[in-house]
Amino acid sequence: MSKNENIINIKIENLDLWYGEKPALKDISLDIPKNKVTALIGPSGCGKSTFLRCLNRMNDLVKTCRIEGDVLIDEQNIYGKDVDVVDLRKRVGMVFQKPNPFPMSVYDNVAYGPRIHGLSKSEVDERVHKALEDAALMEEVRDRLNDKAFSLSGGQQQRLCIARTLAVRPEIILFDEPCSALDPISTSKIEDLILELKKDYTIVIVTHNMQQAARISDHTAFFLLGELIEFGKTKHIFEDPQVKSTEDYITGRFG
Amino acid sequence: MSRRNNKEKAIEVALLMTSGVTIVALFLLCIFLFREGALLFGDHSLVSFITGTSWYPSSSPAKFGLLPLLAGSLIVTAGAIILSVPLGIAAAIYMAELADPRIAQILKPFVEILAGIPSVVYGFFGLIVVVPLLQDLLSLPTGQTALAGSIMLGMMALPTIISVAEDAINSVPLSLKEGSLALGSTHWQTIYRVILPAALSGISAAVMLGIGRAIGETMTVMMVTGNTAIIPGIPEGLFDPVRTMTATIALEMGEVPQGSEHFHALFAVGAVLFITTFIINLIADSVKKKYRLQEEA
Repeated sequence: MSKNENIINIKIENLDLWYGEKPALKDISLDIPKNKVTALIGPSGCGKSTFLRCLNRMNDLVKTCRIEGDVLIDEQNIYGKDVDVVDLRKRVGMVFQKPNPFPMSVYDNVAYGPRIHGLSKSEVDERVHKALEDAALMEEVRDRLNDKAFSLSGGQQQRLCIARTLAVRPEIILFDEPCSALDPISTSKIEDLILELKKDYTIVIVTHNMQQAARISDHTAFFLLGELIEFGKTKHIFEDPQVKSTEDYITGRFG
Repeated sequence: MSRRNNKEKAIEVALLMTSGVTIVALFLLCIFLFREGALLFGDHSLVSFITGTSWYPSSSPAKFGLLPLLAGSLIVTAGAIILSVPLGIAAAIYMAELADPRIAQILKPFVEILAGIPSVVYGFFGLIVVVPLLQDLLSLPTGQTALAGSIMLGMMALPTIISVAEDAINSVPLSLKEGSLALGSTHWQTIYRVILPAALSGISAAVMLGIGRAIGETMTVMMVTGNTAIIPGIPEGLFDPVRTMTATIALEMGEVPQGSEHFHALFAVGAVLFITTFIINLIADSVKKKYRLQEEA
């Protein structure tokens, strides 16, 4: 991994975002390194989820949303004119706050991505199995591939959603508070999984849980009121924050 | 204290009675309908009524065969479904997913107005516009055909289908849509692979309610279908005049002596119609219930 130490995967330059007239992100610049876990922390409404959704252009769904600045993935501006959003989202997967499996079988959920991207039956099958293995779910669902996805537990559903994302073979995976709806045991399974996944993927995770950020991330960015207050190695942010408000938040003085 | 309790009790009983009226009314209506209908089956057998292929109420002996009327109702309704279901679902998809919210806001009241037009006005429009048009276009001896009825009924079922289907599509959680888009699917792939399947039971309920509306409709079909009680062929019968169950009752009830055989026969037809719509509503209801359960899961 050392060769990747300094490779920048996502470069954000002077990003501003408004919902209607209301600014939600102000002049964010940030380099997200390849094959690392980057955590975004901050109190509710600080813009961390909004920021995350800029990275796969999920904010396009919000009609009133306006964005200025650049987001470069592998040096290509994803807000450029000739960018295909569908291709972008193939490269940048996303796992949501609440598990959102489709109302179909476990197998079909994972096969969804490969199928819409036109892979052959055998390729789809291979990807489904690989993705379920990689998401550490195969052991539990081997005999239940044709069961409805809703019949799985919450934690299993979330790992299914991760498997579904892996099956598309992205290079970056965005996690939007993936454990907020889960119990501690399911949470620790997902955390282990994220640590495993960073060997192959660049990971950006929004979390409300500071212990979680400390446990799994290499870098941490602290957001407050739409601004990026501080960004650095997780160890430094937690042990030696340079800004007073970062320290206040981390030590639980507000949040 | 006890006076207050009595007052509470009185209000409760009063409200219970008002809601009881509905049930009692339905109950009495059923008894009346089925009793009057059953009186036909002294001289005529139930089997000859249900399987009879001719409806000659004024010949002697009179023949009361349900089949031509039932077939008339079914062919007109089937045609209406074929025309209105794809159109209604397409319109619902457009309004819920594709249209600019401002355009959808303009379209919605128009759809509702369509639902509020009296059926006699639809019938009038059908008679003046659709019937001559069909006659010319298809060179038919008369434009008053099952097809004319289907077109008008389809038009009338559209608002129900559109608004119920649109509700169903709108109630698909945003998280599913986002999940699909985030995997790199296009908007259209998301619509037909995730949103429509998730809304399927709501859409089926919309279709059932549309059918219920079509099969019970009287005035419009009476005005445009020609009212000839012969069993229509399928599908060429679409281009022949037909007579539905509803139109038969409406046309003949005014002329029959009360208590006559013919009078009871019309009630028997009414009972069949009642059972048909009852079953359709029951199905629509159970489908809707299933879809609520799914939503909660």
